Amino acid sequence: MPGGGVDPLRLTAREAKRMLVEGEVSAAELMKVYLDQIERVEDKVKAFILVTADNAARYATEIDREAGASRGALAGMPTAIKDNMVTEGVVTTCASKILADYQPVYTATAVRKLWGDHVVTLGKTNLDEFAMGSSTENSGFFTTHNPWDLATVPGGSSGGSAAAVAAGEALWGVGSDTGGSIRQPASLCGIVGMKPTYGAVSRYGLVAFASSLDQIGPLTRSVYDCALLLSRIVGRDPHDSTSVRLPTEIELPKATTLDGLRFGVPREYLATGVQPGVRERFDETLMLIERLGGAVEEMSLPHTEYALPAYYIIAPAEASANLARFDGVRYGYRSAHADDLIEMYERTRGEGFGPEVKRRIMIGTYALSSGYYEAYYGQAQKVRTLVRRDFAEAFSTYDLIVSPTSPTVAFRIGERAADPLSMYMSDICTIPVNLAGLPAVSIPCGLADGLPVGFQLIGPAFSENRVLNAAHALEQAIGFTALPTFKDTTGKGEEA
Amino acid sequence: MTAGRDDKRADWEPVIGLEVHVELNTQTKMFCGCAVSFGDPPNTHTCPVCLAHPGALPVVNERAVEYATRIALALGCRMAPVSIFHRKNYFYPDLPKAYQISQYDEPLAVDGRFEYWVGDDKLSCRINRVHMEEDAAKLIHAGGETGRIAGSDHSMVDFNRGGTPLIEIVTEPDIPSSEAAREFLNQLRGMVQELGVSDVNMEEGQIRWDANISVRRVGSGELGTRTELKNMNSFRFLQQALEAEIPRQIAVLEAGGRIDQETLHFDPDTGATTPLRSKEEAHDYRYFPEPDLVPLVMDEAFVERVRASLPELPEARVERFMAAYGLPRYDAGVLGSSGPLARFFEQAARSGVDAKLLANWTMGEYLAHVNAAGIEPGKGHVTAERLARLVKLVETGTVSSSGAKDVFQLMIDERGEPEQIVEKHGLAQVSDAGELAAVVAKVVAEHPAQVEQYRAGKQQVAGFFVGRVMQATQGRANPKLVNELVRKALAG
Repeated sequence: MPGGGVDPLRLTAREAKRMLVEGEVSAAELMKVYLDQIERVEDKVKAFILVTADNAARYATEIDREAGASRGALAGMPTAIKDNMVTEGVVTTCASKILADYQPVYTATAVRKLWGDHVVTLGKTNLDEFAMGSSTENSGFFTTHNPWDLATVPGGSSGGSAAAVAAGEALWGVGSDTGGSIRQPASLCGIVGMKPTYGAVSRYGLVAFASSLDQIGPLTRSVYDCALLLSRIVGRDPHDSTSVRLPTEIELPKATTLDGLRFGVPREYLATGVQPGVRERFDETLMLIERLGGAVEEMSLPHTEYALPAYYIIAPAEASANLARFDGVRYGYRSAHADDLIEMYERTRGEGFGPEVKRRIMIGTYALSSGYYEAYYGQAQKVRTLVRRDFAEAFSTYDLIVSPTSPTVAFRIGERAADPLSMYMSDICTIPVNLAGLPAVSIPCGLADGLPVGFQLIGPAFSENRVLNAAHALEQAIGFTALPTFKDTTGKGEEA
Repeated sequence: MTAGRDDKRADWEPVIGLEVHVELNTQTKMFCGCAVSFGDPPNTHTCPVCLAHPGALPVVNERAVEYATRIALALGCRMAPVSIFHRKNYFYPDLPKAYQISQYDEPLAVDGRFEYWVGDDKLSCRINRVHMEEDAAKLIHAGGETGRIAGSDHSMVDFNRGGTPLIEIVTEPDIPSSEAAREFLNQLRGMVQELGVSDVNMEEGQIRWDANISVRRVGSGELGTRTELKNMNSFRFLQQALEAEIPRQIAVLEAGGRIDQETLHFDPDTGATTPLRSKEEAHDYRYFPEPDLVPLVMDEAFVERVRASLPELPEARVERFMAAYGLPRYDAGVLGSSGPLARFFEQAARSGVDAKLLANWTMGEYLAHVNAAGIEPGKGHVTAERLARLVKLVETGTVSSSGAKDVFQLMIDERGEPEQIVEKHGLAQVSDAGELAAVVAKVVAEHPAQVEQYRAGKQQVAGFFVGRVMQATQGRANPKLVNELVRKALAG
């Protein structure tokens, strides 16, 4: 059997790397495992906007010819890339009609680093258009399905990368997280997802949604893999003024206990809307923390209730400017039905953007407009400062803050599509972290109603190693081994 | 008529403020590594950043910060310890991001002052702020008659200029007349040139400005409603526009009317100002802090290093020329305003020749020569040292003033040394009294009628004889000596 009996639903990057290095499997064989899996399940999952199968197979064969030192650190590792990172010569769409045929002329720094390590790109994964959403239902092309139940969403906006990894269509993937867009889909798909400290990974080549919040990060099957991938993409980039050199290098985690660590549980994160099943898994995980030697204490992040409204001012405000460049003048979609410049702008953008993108551009434009700026944007920035201060104070007492990643398990496709506010609530536990620029990881901590539940660990800025080590110890203790079944409950109604 | 009481304009005074844009001559653009260029084929200096491709990010050009700091310090501004960039949002094809990265309420530098001369009066203008931004691309409207967008059938964009570093200098409304506005800009331009941070080529738009104008009753401390003339790059049109706009405002107010705050277009053909359509005006720029850039922190050591590297500025130099060389204000202004000419003059002055005489030669023959030849002062065969030697020959009486003009031209034509040219062409002044006395005697003998006139009391006839003697000596005779000899001969 090609791939030596490799099961793509279980294989970790750590194991794949060992097998490749020790010659148990060739890059070409490994690639075939994933391309076969894509062949088998992609019709159901729809994780990819573009699968570059031929290129991937060819490149894997080339890697097999490379030997020794010339082989990159991640040579032959099949990787999924969210389609909002530009890749030279490979169409990058942001799941938007306005960029449906856009051929980038350069490659995002994070992707360039991975390519420098000789990972093999399987393709570009689906997302909510311009990363605006929590379900991939806002994709301008199609919705991705959660491999745990095809009738449910994979979360978003990095739902394509998360579903691809969960479905064994990729060994691992990269996504971007503006308000939870890595952690929430990781949670809903039963995998590990991390948003690093703001500035840890270069944003150069990440198509901007909200510049002061966006971060690229890993979606993987284990915490170890998460650290491995992160360690290869972090670093100061001269092309990104907001990027920084980490004070300490990313270590591969090996902690087995949580001795001496103090964990804070913000009561505001559990106040409303947490599903009972999610709450149960969360409470069990807290008990595991104590069993591993950690101390758990309920505490307060008092400005939490203002974080969501502040986010929904700041992110759309920045987006309204970031997306203004899509004007039909230089690249991308241009309406064919315009007689003058203004009409060309209006029609191009009217036809090219989907409803959620338009909604946020309008909110953002309004929030920045003369006479409203102070009341909205100015006020939201003050809230952001308070949210940041909440965390800073909390971290003088606690080493880590923990919460459910999402208040619910995967919801059904269409269930929240008509109600943007209920969709926005998906990110209630993740958004404050982006406002404060902190590192946070989501790991699976069990199932509720047969669907994965995510557990979030948040650390102070640049405490990636602390976060990853604790997550690793906890992951070993949790021993989450359940696998997605690709069942489809469409038409069967929601199970109780 | 003098500025009499029946001239209604005398009751009013204009108040003018300027916003001056200067393109910096850094090697690369404000936020990317593309070359700053002029005249290259369109769209040859572009990249994902200055074309605003998805995902591209700006990075501040440190050299541009240094150049802007030079300007700010030369204007006596206070450098902000921290300044920030904002996004100024509007849609236009010359603005690929649909926002310009600029500075807004926390600019690079504030509270400066620029002193400039209008005639013999030294005026002072407060500088509100100096900030940094990026230039837009260049639009070419084709298929129409005017080159303006209205009436054209298509437009083209050249992104070479897009992202060029730009400095905006904002004055307080301290400028009292159209002539002062023109002088302010001219002397500011000289200063920027001296700083070496811009080529300030006006035709290329490397320096351009908006002018705000209002009028008020003389003595009133209040500011009137202002109008704005946008994007000008000609001193002449500015003066013409102001000279049209100021009387227009006065006439409106005299008639009991009201000035609307609006942007005006000046039409050089009609000489009139007309309002731009208000649609072009209705901008809400929705400024907000640029999240892709971190705040610009001014390191004090950096500021001091830049300050120490500033050259002597024209305004200070003019004063020094007046004090050190005893030059009149006009001469000091001409010689001291432009760096190359000032350096040329000072180098020549080091020879110790009479400064006023040297100033006359530098402003006269020499300046005419470099202007005609299109060369920068200091360049070409006539070096400061050669001109000084020529002036020395005049000062010592070796050549006459008029003879020296011939020597100057021959120095250029033959690329020779002044002394050798005097010798070779026999241009030395004749100061030998014996030799000249013979010529004088001959001329006097030839014109008995004029001698009679002189002796009858018509003293000015002496000039006739001096002229004839000069003619006879091909202008080489020492005029002072000839004068003496002529009077002596006529008296005898």
